[in-house]
Amino acid sequence: MSIDLKTIKHISKLSRISVDEQRAKKLAGDLNSIFDFIEKLNELKTDNVEPLTSVAETTLKLRSDEVKSENIREQIIKNSPQDNKDYFVVPKVIE
Amino acid sequence: MDKVSKKNSEYLINRKDNQYEVVIGLEVHAQVLSESKLFSTSATKFGAEPNTQVSLVDAAFPGMLPVINEFCVKQAIKTGIGLNAKINKRSVFDRKNYFYADLPQGYQISQFKDPIVGEGKVILDMPDGQKEIGIERLHLEQDAGKSIHDLDPQNTFVDLNRSGVALMEIVSKPDLRSPDEVSAYIKKLRSIMRYLGTCDGNMQEGSLRADVNVSVRTKGSKEFGTRCEIKNVNSIKFMQMAIEYEANRQVDLIEEGKSIDQETRLFDTKKNETRSMRSKEDAHDYRYFPDPDLLPLEVSDEFVNELKNNIPELPDDKKKRFIDEFKLSPYEANILVSDIDTAKYFEEVVAKMGKNKDMKLAVNWITGELFAVLNNKNLEISQSPVSAKNLAILVNLIKNGTISGKIAKTIFELMLDGDKDPQKIVEEKGLKQQSDPKAIEILIDKIINDNREKAIEYKQGKEKLFGFFVGQAMKASGGKANPQLINEILKKKL
Amino acid sequence: MSDITKQSLTELVENIKNKKISSTDVTKGFIERSEKSGELNAYITDDFSSALDKAKKFDQKPNFNLKLPGIPMAVKDLFCTKNVKTTAGSKILNNFVPTYESTVTKNIWNEGAILLGKLNCDEFAMGSSNETSFFGNVQNPIDKNLVPGGSSGGSASAVAGQLTPITIGTDTGGSIRQPASFTGTVGLKPTYGSCSRYGIVAFASSLDQAGPMAQNVKDCALLQEVISSYDPKDSTSIDFKRNEYSKELSNNIKGKKIGIPKEYRVDGMPKEIDDFWQKGIQYVKDCGAETIDISLPHTSYALPTYYIVAPAEASSNLARYDGVKYGFRARGENLIDMYEKTRSEGFGAEVQRRIMIGTYVLSSGYYDAYYLKAQKVRKLIKNDFDEAYKKVDAILTPSTPSSAFKIGEKTNDPVSMYLNDIFTVPVNLAGLPAISIPAGHDSKGYPLGLQIIGKAFDEQNILNIAFAMEEKISFKNQINDWWIK
Ligand SMILES: [Mg+2]
Ligand SMILES: [Zn+2]
Repeated sequence: MSIDLKTIKHISKLSRISVDEQRAKKLAGDLNSIFDFIEKLNELKTDNVEPLTSVAETTLKLRSDEVKSENIREQIIKNSPQDNKDYFVVPKVIE
Repeated sequence: MDKVSKKNSEYLINRKDNQYEVVIGLEVHAQVLSESKLFSTSATKFGAEPNTQVSLVDAAFPGMLPVINEFCVKQAIKTGIGLNAKINKRSVFDRKNYFYADLPQGYQISQFKDPIVGEGKVILDMPDGQKEIGIERLHLEQDAGKSIHDLDPQNTFVDLNRSGVALMEIVSKPDLRSPDEVSAYIKKLRSIMRYLGTCDGNMQEGSLRADVNVSVRTKGSKEFGTRCEIKNVNSIKFMQMAIEYEANRQVDLIEEGKSIDQETRLFDTKKNETRSMRSKEDAHDYRYFPDPDLLPLEVSDEFVNELKNNIPELPDDKKKRFIDEFKLSPYEANILVSDIDTAKYFEEVVAKMGKNKDMKLAVNWITGELFAVLNNKNLEISQSPVSAKNLAILVNLIKNGTISGKIAKTIFELMLDGDKDPQKIVEEKGLKQQSDPKAIEILIDKIINDNREKAIEYKQGKEKLFGFFVGQAMKASGGKANPQLINEILKKKL
Repeated sequence: MSDITKQSLTELVENIKNKKISSTDVTKGFIERSEKSGELNAYITDDFSSALDKAKKFDQKPNFNLKLPGIPMAVKDLFCTKNVKTTAGSKILNNFVPTYESTVTKNIWNEGAILLGKLNCDEFAMGSSNETSFFGNVQNPIDKNLVPGGSSGGSASAVAGQLTPITIGTDTGGSIRQPASFTGTVGLKPTYGSCSRYGIVAFASSLDQAGPMAQNVKDCALLQEVISSYDPKDSTSIDFKRNEYSKELSNNIKGKKIGIPKEYRVDGMPKEIDDFWQKGIQYVKDCGAETIDISLPHTSYALPTYYIVAPAEASSNLARYDGVKYGFRARGENLIDMYEKTRSEGFGAEVQRRIMIGTYVLSSGYYDAYYLKAQKVRKLIKNDFDEAYKKVDAILTPSTPSSAFKIGEKTNDPVSMYLNDIFTVPVNLAGLPAISIPAGHDSKGYPLGLQIIGKAFDEQNILNIAFAMEEKISFKNQINDWWIK
């Protein structure tokens, strides 16, 4: 297993975290040692094992279709970094 | 309403040496009719002030968790039943991860591997016969918010009102072959969902929109070509235009010996062309995985059966019944069932007409006079100025001879203003048909007397003159005399 | 009043109910001690003045029927607290003030407790030493330059240093039990689904659980009965009958069968730890319980599994921190540029590392090899426990493979840092309850903890075992207040 710089760049893009060359190198080193340790799982044969996604011993409960939230626009927008009383504002999206 | 027009054959794109067939698959996003959102308790009403229907869950505040709306689950299952599809008793919600300004969680909760509804089918009535379109699946997912790019030169504004609203994504098999089939398919889906009350199908408000997958192949080929996905098209007309453009673009590439890139494209409604959405490309890896905030959705047989037992009569069944029970032609039945409100109106007219009813006459009045008025005034049938009850009375008045068809048209005009009772109009204006044989006899005697010579000519064989006497009698009665009686008496007297 | 902060929660509740002391006295006492404890760096945000107001209000109109009458309490800064800044130890949430309250803290305030402040923790609870916090590392009251463990390091330090009579932490892979072990305190990770996750900043949703941290088992039981509740706002919350754990607490564990899993005797485990574990086994026997050797064959796969599952969920859970709705935003030329800079500057190195791991194991082409594989192994690990519980009532292990280490000792080697959680992680993967109790000291004089793992929903049983052992062990934490000037 070897995670190269190109892979680091790719996952940094996917996760929307910019990394410079130096950081990318450090990350590659760290991730390689972590994945060396993770590779241990390959010792196990798991072909017939059901994957476990949740340990919650319950079934999904359904709520009724009622509107319970009122207009809390002020509360919702209050913490946003750019001031506007009606909208969230972000730098221009280029399509 | 289906505009069934000229006989339609295959839709093919012709080039010098080749004929190309177009293969189309649709991913329709239908907004679930519900009061509150899929995983939060905020309202779903259309047209609210920006960000006024946004809860902490919808805006993805730290520590907020999804709780699923039972009604949305039922709506999806009902729709599945309407699509003759397999209902999956166990389905799983997954996270589809990507970053976008109007996606506050950084992921959309959707269903990837295990959707709530599996394979099904819908039947299209095409001019050259019926065609079955396969449904691949239907799954539940969250809608995103709305990015507004034109309010400010430097910034994009985000409105999260729609964020978290429940959508049903209905994925068809690649069974569609022409823009007309796409139109019929969308209309059919819309019709079924409106019958079920699961989606209002309002395309202007974005309740129904589709990603259109288009590929082309030489006619007769069994393999599929490379497809392009045209994102988020929100009207049937645009879908048709987009397919037309895209299919031709692909054919041109093939003819030039070039290859087609599998990509996401956007339909520019102003330029009437599709173009590549490069910004979407690098985010293509959605890293789907089961949402650990939710458990698998499990529904029991009872739950599904309860819904099945309460499914209303759907357009296909209704059409069949109209043909069997009311002796309508398939064409007439189609027109009346395709829109649930039209069907409702028609059935109310039928009910109000009572025992001695004239079905043909009712159909003609609805699809003729009434549709013309609605068209002119740009109204939906649910907003009809003439109620089903009063239309039924009018049809009955014609049927039982109280008024003639001609007078009925005059009365209909008068009914438009405030949905007046036609019976009352007849009484007030004295428009009742003259059906007393004695009175008509007197009237005809006078006319024959006044036109002796013409009467003789008639007897000598100039049969055309019969019409002249009918006209004179009608005129003399002020248009109210029963035309049938006039005919009978004239024949006797002449 | 200087001895107020030496009292246990149970004593404080008793004394307030008997009107021997007032909530104001108690609150003042802990505030004063907290104010002198800056060097521990246990607090990110204090709420002292409003705590004092609330205490005075309580004293004017006391309600002694409550379980935590006028008791001041600081909580981990991962719980959203209404109108009080909540940071999760991260720059990206610096200055975030929730307008809502987590269910767990709401349960606490409903029983009469008063918020003292928000305690330091590893950034987004990712760490085992409290060194990843944007707000600096926390000192262990046991010794200078010693880590308190993590991620609930501020909580552990605050309880051990008596800055708060009791507290709550969260535990995703050991974040309550490991710091409890490092600081000579008691920490309980409840069954998954026992405490609501609503309003807790998420790290890994399928593993996260809030739990109490205390100076003794009885206090721990009392707080557990307060925080555990069924919550319809959390779809993974479980509706089961919850005990009044403190009332039903019993030291009679005669005849209980305690499993000793051989796989926890890991390669390179210091003899000291093994001896300590043997001592623990003796304590259990002294209490009249029976020990049985058991096998949990997939134990050594737990940590690699955890380092796939937790980062995968985290990479998605942390996608909401994008500079749009709240928190830190860096300047960017366009939306994508803003995202990338915000997340690069807003998240610390460890969080970035885990997001990257998580993104990688979920990305196309790797999902089956890593994420799906890990979920399958997770099943095997859970099966191991299910199998074991056919034979035993609970399982006894060391809490950690070592005592607390020095600040900076492991920061350059993520894998050796991760190995800290080798004994605690399997429990989270299987969703079980487990408690760490202090049971002795190592050669350096640093505390060591023993872990008792229970069946799902069997908190009462492990609390009882812990309670019985606590009596036999009679552990004394050696705190000399070195940080108070
Ligand atoms: Mg699509
Ligand atoms: Zn979709």
